[in-house]
Amino acid sequence: MSDTPVAIVLGHGRVAEGLVSAVERITGITDRFVALSNEGLGTNEIQELLRERMEATGARVVFTDLPAGSCNFAACRLLRLRPDIVVVTGVNLPALLHFATSPQPAAGEGEEPAAFKVAEEAAERGATSMRFMRGKPA
Amino acid sequence: MTIELYRIDDRLIHGQVVVGWGQPLNVGFIVLVDDDVAASEWEKELYRMGVPPGVDLYFASVKEAAEGMQAWRDDQRPGILLTGDVETMRRLTAAAPGIPAVNVGGIHHRSGRAERLRYVFLTPDEERGLRALQEGGAIVTAQDVPSARPMPLRELLDSGAQK
Repeated sequence: MSDTPVAIVLGHGRVAEGLVSAVERITGITDRFVALSNEGLGTNEIQELLRERMEATGARVVFTDLPAGSCNFAACRLLRLRPDIVVVTGVNLPALLHFATSPQPAAGEGEEPAAFKVAEEAAERGATSMRFMRGKPA
Repeated sequence: MTIELYRIDDRLIHGQVVVGWGQPLNVGFIVLVDDDVAASEWEKELYRMGVPPGVDLYFASVKEAAEGMQAWRDDQRPGILLTGDVETMRRLTAAAPGIPAVNVGGIHHRSGRAERLRYVFLTPDEERGLRALQEGGAIVTAQDVPSARPMPLRELLDSGAQK
């Protein structure tokens, strides 16, 4: 697992920390995500934190929690500067579980990273995992 | 209705504004006053993503906002006006008098700013700017979300990091 690229999970309050912690509890995988929070940070500071952590870790996938939130806006601004990364917003636990447990072999010369395809699948998995359920009388 | 909330928030459009304030106020429009954003199609497109269907988002420079203020005040729908910093709100009140209250919703950490609340950090210039807003007739309070207590400016400026 050690050669699998990490992804950043960026969210409000402690949501990223909680989601990453849940992935670790469920799968035992502890090296796939870096959790970041926007707590106490302005727009520019969120973007700078994200940029710095992506450079430090080599991550090229960012998961954000809320499409209309400051975390996602920061990621979108970074996306404009770095077309070599991808962003998935509206992240939930099923999405992260899919990303964490899917094989991501190293890309060959000139190939798109496998993590991009897995991130796209994770977005779909997260979206389709939402269900409305209602109880029925016995 | 009219502009129900004049807010200083360096994140501009984000969850606290759209969900936290927008839903209980039942806003029909948001005015984003920022010279840089108003001049950037890319930034405008980004912020449009953050506004739910049924809510109009207007972008304006300070000059354009001063010219459009009366129309927004006469709008039958409740609205929110946002600036990203104290100075923009101060310039707007100078150009369009009559702003009754200013909500300090989020001015986050940056070099040279001192912490007043966990979501309000101010430079001495920004403190002077807020005092000038209040002396100009606006009631200035700090309040990040509707359920929080609005903190009067005097108390805010006396506050330290522990609050």
